[in-house]
Amino acid sequence: MGAIDDSRPIFIQIAELVESEIVAGTMAEETQVPSTNEFAAYYRINPATAAKGVNLLVERGILYKKRGIGMFVATGARDQLLGKRRSAFAAQYIQPLAREARKLGIDAETLASMVRQSLAADAAEGSVR
Amino acid sequence: MEATPAPAIEVRNLTKTYREANALDSVSLSLEANRIYGLLGRNGAGKTTLMSILSGQGFPTGGQVLIHGKDPYENDGTLARICFIRESQRYPDDFNARQAFRAAALFFANWDQELAERLIEDFALPTKRRIKKLSRGQLSAVGVIIGMAARAEITVFDEPYLGLDAVARQIFYDRLVEDYSLHPRTIVLSSHLIDEIANLLEHVVVIDKGRIILDEDADSLRGSAFAVTGNQEKVAAFIEGRRVLHRDSLGSLASVTIQARLGATERAMAAELGLEISPVPLQQLVVRTTMAAQTEPRGDHYQEALK
Repeated sequence: MGAIDDSRPIFIQIAELVESEIVAGTMAEETQVPSTNEFAAYYRINPATAAKGVNLLVERGILYKKRGIGMFVATGARDQLLGKRRSAFAAQYIQPLAREARKLGIDAETLASMVRQSLAADAAEGSVR
Repeated sequence: MEATPAPAIEVRNLTKTYREANALDSVSLSLEANRIYGLLGRNGAGKTTLMSILSGQGFPTGGQVLIHGKDPYENDGTLARICFIRESQRYPDDFNARQAFRAAALFFANWDQELAERLIEDFALPTKRRIKKLSRGQLSAVGVIIGMAARAEITVFDEPYLGLDAVARQIFYDRLVEDYSLHPRTIVLSSHLIDEIANLLEHVVVIDKGRIILDEDADSLRGSAFAVTGNQEKVAAFIEGRRVLHRDSLGSLASVTIQARLGATERAMAAELGLEISPVPLQQLVVRTTMAAQTEPRGDHYQEALK
């Protein structure tokens, strides 16, 4: 898991970290997630802040609470998060990429072929793993 | 959620005058139970004065202090529930650490000897040497151990880390989070090492020249200021009408820290102008706010704008 940075609300970062683990499949659906105190100890943050991050995901239906046991990843959480990330993809990655490309004088065709190459290289690397 | 209990500590219009100088100037604060507060500010800002009053050990010149809803000076029971570890904590001259811990164990009802033993080991503290002969770091460790093992409902640490090396400080922070998770209590930490403790704090109070200039949830402070960097004129256009906390410039390049919460539209606008927006870490935000407060007639401006 990544590290916490001090310039953004920590509870949001905790929620994002858990979301990333769910998207990556490391936290599988219907498995238990670490407790608030475990998050606090691991990231060295205030437990109340960790709880706020976890509760945010409960509100969004990503996690749910089993009484007396703890928090679990909801069924369908991964699909929900993938959908959300895909719809944010253009604004988050493509627009800055296009802006930088324009600044550097890289035309659409070149940019597209660079993206294709990168995708191919990444796929090759993935198959080696 | 349970009903909101009375605040752990409440002070109203607190004033403390030393000779001519105002150490505290009309300070009002409410600290809720079972939270970790950071009390930050420059040397001489009034932190120690405030902390000793918050823990019922100092008398204000004016104003009111309520601890768990009661006057601490008239209730014997109150003080035994508070542990204040001063930066220059004194112990009887012939005491060694073991004796100091034994005395603390008698005074604090929730004392946990097991935790004390564990911390003694963590800090490799020589317990049989006279406290007078200990190094500055070891002296701080004695205070940290008492403050933690006391498990007092209200625990106040005034710069507890002096002389502790980076490893020992990390041990302190780790044990604090761990023990607080299991035994929540109200903790007030004052420190200059803001970046080291920032993530432990739920709430931040900044004091400057005896006045509170910031009293805010730590996570809502994060993301309440941004640095806007780029072409000077474009930066100037973008930040117009916003409160500026700090300015830097390099040739035609400007970097201005503004107090603002930026939405998607504003971010897109900044990107369109070729401006870079970067978030400001808590440590820097505190420094900038303090500096800005010193050049402005009144510091509560920031508070108002945050609401």
